[in-house]
Amino acid sequence: MFDSKVIGMIIEGIRDTLYMTLGSTFVGYLLGLPLGILLYVTNSKGLKPNKIIYGIGDFVCNIIRSIPFLILLILLIPFTRLIVGKSYGSTATIVPLVICAAPYIARVVESSLNEVDAGVIEAAKAMGASNLQIIFKVLLVEAKTSLFTGATITTGLLLGYSAMSGTVGGGGLGDIAVRYGYYRWQTDIMIVTVILLIVIFQIIQNLGTFMAKKIDHRKK
Amino acid sequence: MEEILKVNGLSKQFDDLPVLDNLSLSVKKGEVVVIVGPSGCGKSTFLRCLNGLEDIDEGEVLLGEEKVNPNKKNLSRTRERIGMVFQSYDLFPHKTILQNITLAPIKVKKRKKAEVEEEAIKLLDRVGLLSKKDSYPRQLSGGQKQRVAIVRALIMHPEVLLLDEITAALDPEMVREVLDVVLSLAKEGRTMLIVTHEMAFAKAVADRVIFLENGKIVEEGSPEEFFDNPQTDRLKRFLKTFSYEK
Repeated sequence: MFDSKVIGMIIEGIRDTLYMTLGSTFVGYLLGLPLGILLYVTNSKGLKPNKIIYGIGDFVCNIIRSIPFLILLILLIPFTRLIVGKSYGSTATIVPLVICAAPYIARVVESSLNEVDAGVIEAAKAMGASNLQIIFKVLLVEAKTSLFTGATITTGLLLGYSAMSGTVGGGGLGDIAVRYGYYRWQTDIMIVTVILLIVIFQIIQNLGTFMAKKIDHRKK
Repeated sequence: MEEILKVNGLSKQFDDLPVLDNLSLSVKKGEVVVIVGPSGCGKSTFLRCLNGLEDIDEGEVLLGEEKVNPNKKNLSRTRERIGMVFQSYDLFPHKTILQNITLAPIKVKKRKKAEVEEEAIKLLDRVGLLSKKDSYPRQLSGGQKQRVAIVRALIMHPEVLLLDEITAALDPEMVREVLDVVLSLAKEGRTMLIVTHEMAFAKAVADRVIFLENGKIVEEGSPEEFFDNPQTDRLKRFLKTFSYEK
């Protein structure tokens, strides 16, 4: 159906899409996980309530999250150029993806931590555990199922966003779909890329759900 | 005998509602003090003030020479010396029974893992739960969970043990297995403060019983005086609610 050139391009697209999605999820967590923990800890009911730190973190998260991704992508072009050296291609796309994902991840992490039973935390406190011990030995362990589910949702979201970045030359399957399907009316290529995106999404989601179930010791 | 825990003029309010009103109490080493009273009288809050889980508005709590509450600086160090068991067990759901028990001694007290595990196994054996050491909390009954929670507190070698309504969430048949463990601890001479609604148990385990209402000590005495010859009308009425006649 397709010649080898197109197939090669699609394979490259899959590689770029996975690179952008997984790369931005990983770097996003490097920023978002500590930020989420910080939000949890400084919240008024947290381990060390601090109105100012929480206020700033809360505000920054809300500001970034309220900017639509496509606009963020364009707004961040100078910043992306500064970091990567160019503003197009899959590596460059990771920058806005990370900026978009980090506050989202922080919120997901914060809500996962909030789900941990307060009684369990009190029990740890009563044993003389320090706040750092509570965070690393109790909170993150007890929240791991929920954190894992959150990471799965985030990865799925970033897969979608990475495709969206195709409109500004981001590379990957989204880029192919826009260039061939939209600008050149090659519907067949567009359909193939969409099917591939669906398949990748399903794999991420099912793998995530499976792993989350595997590490959950709360229910049978 | 030497005094181990001392509470001086403790007061606490939730918003405008006074919960504890100028409470003072002194507990000797090896003494078992049982606190009873109607719901909402401040029993649990009182216990939680004793290891700093609740802030207090006035007064102080002393463990030996050290101030527990108010204490901003080294609260966690002091807490190691006070064990607490909760009504809802509060075991860590993602950790095995053995991990639940060994976490604090290894991480907080920095003791050697092998030595802690050996002690944990001895203690689990003592409460009849050795076979459960690799199970997860969800696989245990309420009574079993609570016995594990007691072991988890004991392995920290606390100088004082606080038990907060530890049988209130249990089926009647499981109450016994948990209270038998507590009775054996009392026989060993452990210092304990116990909040409970089990009057027969209070009578059996206590060296001293305290009746708390509206954040004040209404009456206190030895279990014999307290249950067989209550002085205040309020305590008489309270005790009457536990006996039935046709």
